[in-house]
Amino acid sequence: MALNDSYKGYRGEALSTLQNFDALVWSDAEITTSRGKYVGIILPRSETADPHHIVLKLRSGYNIGIAAGKIQDIKITGRKEANYKIPEKEFPYDPKKPNVKLLGTGGTIASRLDYRTGAVIPAFSPGELYGSVPELADICNLETEKLYGVFSENMGPEQWRGTAEAIGREIEKGVKGVVVGHGTDTMHHTAAVLSFMVQNSPIPIVMVGSQRSSDRPSSDAALNLMHSVKTAAESDIAEVMVCMFGPTSDEYGLLHRGTRVRKMHSSYRSTFRTVGDIPIAMVSREKIVPIRQDYKKRRNDKNVIINTAFEERVCIVYYYPNMKPDIIDSLIDNDYKGVIIAGTGLGHVNKPLYPSLKRAKEKNIAVYMTVQTLWGYVQMYVYDTGRDMMELGVIPAANMLPEVAYMKLGWALGQTNDTEKLKDLMLTPIAGEITEREPSNGYLIFQGGIPEVEEFISKYRK
Amino acid sequence: MSEFLFKPFDEMTESDYFDVGFKSGLEIHQQILSKKKLFCRCPAGQYSDNYNAEILRHMRPTLSELGEYDGTALMEFKTKKEIIYRIHRDTVCTYEMDDTPPFEINDEALDIALGIGMLYQCTMVDEVHIARKQYLDGSIPTGFQRTAIVGVDGKIPYKDREIKIVQLSIEEDACREVSDIGHLRTYLTDRLGMPLIETVTGPDMRTPHEVADVAQICRRLVRSTGQVRTGIGAAREDVNVSVTGGTRVEIKGVSRIVNIPLLTYNEAMRQWNLLRLRTELHRRGITTENFKSKTENVTKLLRKTHYLPIQNAVEQGMTVNCVLLKGFKGLLRWQTQTDTYFSKEISDRVRVVACLSTLPNIVHSDSTAETVSTSEWLNIKKFIGGTDDDTLVLVWGDDQDSKMGAAEIAIRAKEATIGIPSETRQALRDGTNGFERILPGPNRMYPDTDLPPKRILDERLEKIKSTLPKPIWENEEWYRELKIPDDVIKPLAISLYSQLFEMLVKDWKLNPTLVAVALIQFTKRLKNFYKDGKSIEVQAMKDIFEAYKTGQLSREGILIAMKNVLTNGQLQLFSKCTNNELTKVIKDSDKNISRMKLRKEEKMLKVQMGLIMNKVRGRIDGSVVAQRIGFVRRESK
Repeated sequence: MALNDSYKGYRGEALSTLQNFDALVWSDAEITTSRGKYVGIILPRSETADPHHIVLKLRSGYNIGIAAGKIQDIKITGRKEANYKIPEKEFPYDPKKPNVKLLGTGGTIASRLDYRTGAVIPAFSPGELYGSVPELADICNLETEKLYGVFSENMGPEQWRGTAEAIGREIEKGVKGVVVGHGTDTMHHTAAVLSFMVQNSPIPIVMVGSQRSSDRPSSDAALNLMHSVKTAAESDIAEVMVCMFGPTSDEYGLLHRGTRVRKMHSSYRSTFRTVGDIPIAMVSREKIVPIRQDYKKRRNDKNVIINTAFEERVCIVYYYPNMKPDIIDSLIDNDYKGVIIAGTGLGHVNKPLYPSLKRAKEKNIAVYMTVQTLWGYVQMYVYDTGRDMMELGVIPAANMLPEVAYMKLGWALGQTNDTEKLKDLMLTPIAGEITEREPSNGYLIFQGGIPEVEEFISKYRK
Repeated sequence: MSEFLFKPFDEMTESDYFDVGFKSGLEIHQQILSKKKLFCRCPAGQYSDNYNAEILRHMRPTLSELGEYDGTALMEFKTKKEIIYRIHRDTVCTYEMDDTPPFEINDEALDIALGIGMLYQCTMVDEVHIARKQYLDGSIPTGFQRTAIVGVDGKIPYKDREIKIVQLSIEEDACREVSDIGHLRTYLTDRLGMPLIETVTGPDMRTPHEVADVAQICRRLVRSTGQVRTGIGAAREDVNVSVTGGTRVEIKGVSRIVNIPLLTYNEAMRQWNLLRLRTELHRRGITTENFKSKTENVTKLLRKTHYLPIQNAVEQGMTVNCVLLKGFKGLLRWQTQTDTYFSKEISDRVRVVACLSTLPNIVHSDSTAETVSTSEWLNIKKFIGGTDDDTLVLVWGDDQDSKMGAAEIAIRAKEATIGIPSETRQALRDGTNGFERILPGPNRMYPDTDLPPKRILDERLEKIKSTLPKPIWENEEWYRELKIPDDVIKPLAISLYSQLFEMLVKDWKLNPTLVAVALIQFTKRLKNFYKDGKSIEVQAMKDIFEAYKTGQLSREGILIAMKNVLTNGQLQLFSKCTNNELTKVIKDSDKNISRMKLRKEEKMLKVQMGLIMNKVRGRIDGSVVAQRIGFVRRESK
């Protein structure tokens, strides 16, 4: 065993104390200190924790930290190494059930404890999934493939391309649906880019994750998995969707269109919401109920178009009052090809930025305007300032969400640098990223405290 | 195993308990008096049955840190419960709903827990690690309780020995259960997340009464800090009991210490009788290896039954299953606890695991009560292939539950061949107990990855130590030496005035009996005047004694001053009664007394004394007045 593993995570004073007594991690030990005696198993320590303490698992299962400086003696009586493994059972095959492929990119949908960081890391295999969510076998025959094992903030063009290509391969193989396990933080970014990279899919492509890691008894992971697998296996919706909790209760999930969905709360289960529109369908363990009809239907062909071109030198600028032009200038100087501005109100930035925007236009940098209000359309005619900006080459991007516009611009710039062709690509909706109209129930943020809202909350489970 | 048979509770002697090897330890849960909850900033201690929203959750078992599933967790998962949480926006935030990660541990609560740990003479930990303790019954929406050890290996003196304190932890309280019917369990969340400490004693108590004694000592010790909550539900005991050859069984949620002796007696008896049952089974040749049971659907055979619970079930399209227990004849009527039989062990399991909560949920052929008819039993026995040596058990419910129930009947019967299952059991009102769930082990512990470990520096401990009261047993011994009245010794030791008492007696040299009586009995007498249930603040009490010490208050004035503080909120001192004023009051009383017709002349002075004291009480010492008018209180003959 490497030294690193023998004293996993320990450093400084704590490491030298353990070395003095030849006390490796996982030793069953009696530790005598100036305060008193402790008995238990020496555990690895999180690398980010301080170098002064040794972690001991007591017989009762509790962990405590003992100050290394107070230790007088360590007597080793045995060894018990943890074998953290979800019981693996072979996923049963039933020829009558549809085949579904689960592609893993990371996230907490299936996870385990990481002693190095003390945090949870993803774990994933069909056997493990069947071991922890046996209900999946009632729905389909499941195959899994681990594409990546990254936290969602570390997803990038390479992973997006790889995922899109993997989806293409699965469609070619004839699976009935694809589920993509993904960390939730940037799930809506990936959902957007997959909506552009995988076009005309004949089958459902369902992105799923969990807000409570699957190492918690109250995790939403199991139910989200069941919902997403059911959608992939049975639904007639052939689009890229995000499948996550509707309410915070364990009741039903929502199927959000990949280009209109956004994570709206840092920790709630029901964090994903369709913005400026309504979701496609509700899904429970029993059934899938569409709440609109204008979705693309499942087909029997394999005529998918995979187009994974992506220009990486694109960014989002979240405008704030008093922004200085050097922000835009630095993008120009650093050779950026495209800029999405999340402007205020109907799509505005301050006047001092104008000369820089002009410079951007002259350098053939594509600049598109979206709104940081998230709901509503860009409308640059209402005020003169808007017209001025359009003169400077800023193109309004209708009601595209800023993150979606970013993904689309990167993808579109991957195809062309021609301003007009680019504009055509950008403003022609491909997967619902721009809608012609915002329905009257597309903007509903209920305000707590108001009597009718409170009445609603008291009647329906949150 | 000895031939000992349990006697009625009142007749059991210490040596009887010694014979069966009675052993018991306590886990005491005590809420801490902090303003806010432990891992969020919701107010603590606000209870209300009202709620404005509900959420629904399910629980699934997860792996422990060492990669194993916990038995309890798997059992709870079998029950497939829907759990409803009732939420009031004033007492619950998104943390308790498990929709927001924890905030840092409440330092006020942690300080209190550290202090109590030191009172128990624990070895305090240098770094507090927060753990998740799984609870799949749904009593906590996360599915686990955040808990952390603050000290280990403490002790308290008891009789001529020491009781070991295994560990002291700080943890968040769970929900209050509203109902648990069928597959639906409902909780109120107001109590959820309140800080409490759990004190675990060693299995060092040898009789049921010792268990209650030790519980009292612990209760009084923590109360002496004035930093724990009191009242219904603020302190709850789990009691662990075993006998020789038995297993540790935990009786949960005992809220009154006086109930402990009967409860532990009954549990010891249950274990003893289950061991005797095992002996009987072995005598009949039934062992774990050759235990035989069989289950059949007998709904058809009971279509025309007149036994109402099954008649109703069949009418509603439910399934009746029969479990044949080979060679068990008569054993379901084997006594386990007072007026309780082995059939209850089985019925409890069926209730909890199969969610068949309407009782009766089983009937059996050993029963002498009128249930299904003799001919129906005969038909069933024939159908299932039973003999006269066997026992038949019927269970009914919807198909799934009835099957689960039948499986559980066979499981529990087979366990009788092994001995005593490790269980947590709930305390019942009649002093017996019923099955709650399988006893969880260390496998349900998991480190909390949401919060980093917290370092406890020596300086912090020293600072807390300086504010702690002396342990009650030390104070009580000192009080006895001071010869203060017996009935105030115990209350004073846990009173919030115990440190003030020490100062008044040691530094100000006041009379211990006077001070003790004033602090304990006077305040008790003035209970009706308490504001929001609160007695006089320590500082205000000190002011009163300062006035007494400096002569601004007389002995008699202390009680009046206390009442004043309680009613007016502050101490009001009256000017001392001067000699001239006293002379005038005496003169007035002379006039009044001469107008009175007293039947007994010899009482005259006593009456006059009373008249005068009514005017000057508290402002001058009674003995001065008595001397002036020549009143001598006569000892009654």
